[in-house]
Amino acid sequence: MGIMGICTFYFLVPIWWLFVGATKSRGDFSGTAPLWFADFHLGQNLSELFAYRDGVFLRWMANSVLYTGGAALLGTLLAAMCGYALAKYRFPGRELIFNLVLGGVLVPATALALPLFLIFSELEATNTFWSVFLPSLVNPFGVYLARIYATASVPEELLEAARLDGSGEVRTFFKISTRLMFPALVTIFLFHFVAVWNNFLLPLIMLGNERLFPVTLGLYTWNGQVNQLPELRMLVLTGALVSIVPLVVAFLLLQRFWRSGLGAGSVK
Amino acid sequence: MTSRKPILFFVLPFGLLFAAFYLAPIGYAIKQSLYKVTRTGTFGPAHEVFGGLEQYQRVFQNGPFWESVGRVLLFGVVQVPVMLGLALLLALLLDSGLVRGKRFFRLAFFVPYAIPGVVAAIMWGFLYSPNLSPFTAVTSNWNLLSADLVLWAMANVVTWVYVGYNMLIIYSALLAIPQEVYEAATIDGAGPWRTAWSIKIPLVMPAIVLTTVFSIIGTLQLLAEPQVFRTFSSAVSSTYTPNLTVYSTSSIPNFNLAAAFSVVLALATFVLSFTFLKFTSRGGDK
Repeated sequence: MGIMGICTFYFLVPIWWLFVGATKSRGDFSGTAPLWFADFHLGQNLSELFAYRDGVFLRWMANSVLYTGGAALLGTLLAAMCGYALAKYRFPGRELIFNLVLGGVLVPATALALPLFLIFSELEATNTFWSVFLPSLVNPFGVYLARIYATASVPEELLEAARLDGSGEVRTFFKISTRLMFPALVTIFLFHFVAVWNNFLLPLIMLGNERLFPVTLGLYTWNGQVNQLPELRMLVLTGALVSIVPLVVAFLLLQRFWRSGLGAGSVK
Repeated sequence: MTSRKPILFFVLPFGLLFAAFYLAPIGYAIKQSLYKVTRTGTFGPAHEVFGGLEQYQRVFQNGPFWESVGRVLLFGVVQVPVMLGLALLLALLLDSGLVRGKRFFRLAFFVPYAIPGVVAAIMWGFLYSPNLSPFTAVTSNWNLLSADLVLWAMANVVTWVYVGYNMLIIYSALLAIPQEVYEAATIDGAGPWRTAWSIKIPLVMPAIVLTTVFSIIGTLQLLAEPQVFRTFSSAVSSTYTPNLTVYSTSSIPNFNLAAAFSVVLALATFVLSFTFLKFTSRGGDK
């Protein structure tokens, strides 16, 4: 029990500190006890944050949601389709595709960022929404997981029965198989969401226009300017707090799914 | 035999994107790494010519790059076992039945995973700063942002973010162990420690292997944490980790050399994680 207590302290105190810090005025932040409240200043901090430079922070949040939510939704669907086909059909090239995908899992995404930048600059497409969004759609680990889950949760007999009823393969996939795979799909979605939300090198290399930044890159640039513009410090802190809210909420809401699905990939 | 059409429908969208944004960049990086930029005269126009393995020769002669590789290896050798050991311990405790309030602990340990690396690094950067930190007892005695300690200060950030995630993977694997296995052990008179050591750990080995591979990949790719820490500590140079080297080389810009760095790094990551997988799966067969 002692270990659990110490660990809880270790994991939660920094978040508590961030929350308390974001409720303070600039003077109180460095002048009062860091782990307890002083004058409650969160409202002013938030309105200052949202108003700063024409509300660029809200723009960054919206960008992040678009990049991440969009890429994770669409990416999960594509990975599910591909993994499902690899699990349920025999066709020439199946092994090759699976091995390429597996290799893809081991190739770090950051190693791809620079060559992607070079390719996009030949197409004169860097510094656009698509230059970050399109590469973020690809999730080989999702295909790998989808294949495992499809094998485990979609029985052959059911597919046969659907065929006898005259249901086409695509229809069967969307009407029956995706339902059976749903908890697994939520897991893939969450993994993908976190991976894109965390991706830093790709937007850092690809984007020059501040209006296209995801929130992580935006906070990073502000944090780099704190020494010249000390008033940014409270904005960075408040922004950090706001930026972690969506993901924490998503985790809490989708708890029962990721709990059941998370381990399946490693057990088999 | 199903007709080809639905299979193409399922595989093609992912396949095309995978080819365009995974395979093509790898090919392109390899090609770029084989070229070099030459100029006619000192100020003449630049053009790219085939350079063979010249860039790779530069990579292998680049002292700071190999120092950074050594640095992340040292980081990995210490941080990965500490992080996974802690994750395993917490997973076993949650699974042991000794702990009440499992739901709460599971969630509390997992929350840091929801925080992006950049934001986590910014938070800890403040927490390490002597004049802002709530942990003045620590920060007044040790300068965590000094050249000696900053690597371990970053190791702490990575550990903080990823312990819960790894714990959950191992914990889910523990939950999947059938109850009969434990009944047999109890009949044989095995206590909780004995059960954990001789039954649980071997059975969740695949999960531990998986988390280790992901941790190795993650360690070699360290970027967000050192990049953020550069604003807090002058000890973090622009070539502190291999990925920072790639980034700073490409912003010079020297794309050909940066591409060669990328290729070497991807290859090293691939070989290291592949070797680890092979090594552990052979161990498992015995």
